[in-house]
Amino acid sequence: MYRIPLGKWVNSGVDWLDLTIGPTLRNFADYVSDNIIGKLGTGLAAIPWWLLILVFVALAWRAGRWRLSLGTFLGLLLIYNLKLWPVFIETLVLVLVSALVSIVIGVPLGITAARSDRFHRAIAPLLDFMQTMPAFVYLIPALMFFGLGTVPSIFSTVIFAMPPAIRLTDLGIRQVPTDLVEVGEAFGSSPWQMLWKIQLPVALPTIMAGVNQTMMLSLSMVVIASMIGAGGFGAGVLYGIAQMNVGVGFENGVAVVILAIILDRLSQGFSSSKRTAEK
Amino acid sequence: MNVKIEVKNLIKIFGTQPQRALKLLQAGKTKEQILEETGYTVGINNVSFSVHEGEIFVVMGLSGSGKSTILRCLNLLMEPTSGVIMVDGQDITKLKAVDLRKVRQEKMAMVFQQFALLPHRTVLQNAVYGLEVQGIPREEREEKARKCLEMVGLGGWEDKYPDELSGGMKQRVGLARALTNDPDILLMDEAFSALDPLIREEMQDELLNLQQRMNKTIVFITHDLNEALKLGDRIAFLRGGSLIQVGTPEEIITSPADDYVARFVRGVDRTKILTIQDVMKKPQPVVRLSDGPNVALRIMKENGISSVFVVDRSRQIHGLVTADLALEASKSGIRVLSEMDLIQAPTIYQDVLVQEALPLIAESKLPLAVLDQEKRLVGIIIRGAVLAALAEDGGEVDVSNSIR
Ligand SMILES: Nc1ncnc2c1ncn2[C@@H]1O[C@H](COP(=O)(O)OP(=O)(O)OP(=O)(O)O)[C@@H](O)[C@H]1O
Ligand SMILES: [Mg+2]
Repeated sequence: MYRIPLGKWVNSGVDWLDLTIGPTLRNFADYVSDNIIGKLGTGLAAIPWWLLILVFVALAWRAGRWRLSLGTFLGLLLIYNLKLWPVFIETLVLVLVSALVSIVIGVPLGITAARSDRFHRAIAPLLDFMQTMPAFVYLIPALMFFGLGTVPSIFSTVIFAMPPAIRLTDLGIRQVPTDLVEVGEAFGSSPWQMLWKIQLPVALPTIMAGVNQTMMLSLSMVVIASMIGAGGFGAGVLYGIAQMNVGVGFENGVAVVILAIILDRLSQGFSSSKRTAEK
Repeated sequence: MNVKIEVKNLIKIFGTQPQRALKLLQAGKTKEQILEETGYTVGINNVSFSVHEGEIFVVMGLSGSGKSTILRCLNLLMEPTSGVIMVDGQDITKLKAVDLRKVRQEKMAMVFQQFALLPHRTVLQNAVYGLEVQGIPREEREEKARKCLEMVGLGGWEDKYPDELSGGMKQRVGLARALTNDPDILLMDEAFSALDPLIREEMQDELLNLQQRMNKTIVFITHDLNEALKLGDRIAFLRGGSLIQVGTPEEIITSPADDYVARFVRGVDRTKILTIQDVMKKPQPVVRLSDGPNVALRIMKENGISSVFVVDRSRQIHGLVTADLALEASKSGIRVLSEMDLIQAPTIYQDVLVQEALPLIAESKLPLAVLDQEKRLVGIIIRGAVLAALAEDGGEVDVSNSIR
């Protein structure tokens, strides 16, 4: 029976892309990783570890209860004690940059989807696809285009983590009660004023839920992306697996969990402590 | 009287392509036939009316009769399928988006049934919304908003959030938000329906109070006849998207256009609509100031009454004379009534609500003199007769007869 050479087609397509735009992309990747991510990393690393812990504790204090602050303090202290601090910084930068890029692209896409039914229908299957594909799959093209390093990791992380930001922004705006939208119209708001003064603020809790999910997905993808040279805790886990060193893998794994809990609680705390549509 | 809003042949058909249904409607098909043939709902069926400057125009009707649809067409939250809506002589259905926005900003403001306050904004920030959209500087818009909040009795609540307020207070914010814009026209869709009865009456009084000072043109939707009668200068009755009757509360009560309106009108608390002139008696007979006491005595005797009002040539009231007094005056040689001490009779204006006058009527042993705006005597009120009239109206008697 004839076998459709799907894999071959994809390969030759990717090869072609690699030949044409590959070098440019790799230059770009080098530039970004040296100048933006690198600088961010050295910047954060320059802050004394105890000061950074204090900053996190202060944020936790603002976002929630004292228990969160205490947990944050102890968790970060443990990471420092395990001598994982530089790895922590590395991971943090990757997660924050990926999440930020996902949000900066995802929220406007979500807004567009909320305003245009056509766009909404067009991207819905795409988002399903993006979320159901195994995370590893994004690594390969990213690797081919950008080579090893942080930028391809961030690239694949952004693709993996963006869907909730788009979806929940879209959903949040569509769920704004019609009478509030009518208030906007009845008082003669322009479409822009409607968006900024009514739709976005009312939808904010839902959008923030999307931001939270994006953040969590970023973290999980960043760990996976260590396979293509992302560094961070993922690299430690990978090392542990490769060397059959369960201890090292475990230490890094625990650090990932601590970071996950802190990021999750912080972003949740900030969205609900703001006064937003509570009903 | 100036016409502020004029609605001509307004038709609203719900559906994605209402033009076909519109053709059928214009060809004389009924609402029901159209629903059957096309599946489209005729929300408003060829309605025309006009609203005068400075009046409270109430639109009444059962649920689903199209009240909200009409109101939403007035500021084009819903686009009419056909028809003309003139505001200050300008057909707003023809306006471009930018110009329509201008009209909405400057001419009309809306108060919503479910308050529709923005949950992320404080009371003050909600109230300034309309001016903020217009780009009015912060100081100025906040000053105006504060004034309006003060006016609706919410001074001191500026920094609260909507979820910290009771229903009545929320609606005051809704009202203040509309008033802050200082619009010519207020559109109110069942603005008080979500409030409990006491708060509701309070808000109605408040609105009437404010209206006396501001003189806006108000289109008020309600399904509560008592509210309509209390607030409305004129009332429009809707049924199934058609206009059945437009008239003053008096006209609605006394001559309902059909059974639908008549059924509404039954069971109204009559003291709230009847005014003194509805229950007064013609002041016959009266005596002139220039008549003598003997004339007064004879008139009282002829009519079988014990006192009579004394008026001058322009029917201004001078007092009351009783049979005893007249007899005494006649004995002491007084020849004209103007020379004797008359009893100061209690007076009341003819347009006062019976409800408000009831205590006075109940207390007074003497008949009350009813005056018009020029203080001329136009009627008298006798205690027993009023109570009888009200009692008689309690049942399902024919309204028009018992008033006339
Ligand atoms: N968006 C819509 N799509 C289809 N039909 C509608 C729509 N809005 C209203 N209708 C129909 O139009 C008719 C009039 O509705 P409308 O909301 O104006 O009634 P109403 O008099 O305000 O009733 P209520 O007292 O319940 O608010 C109803 O039969 C309703 O089903
Ligand atoms: Mg309604």
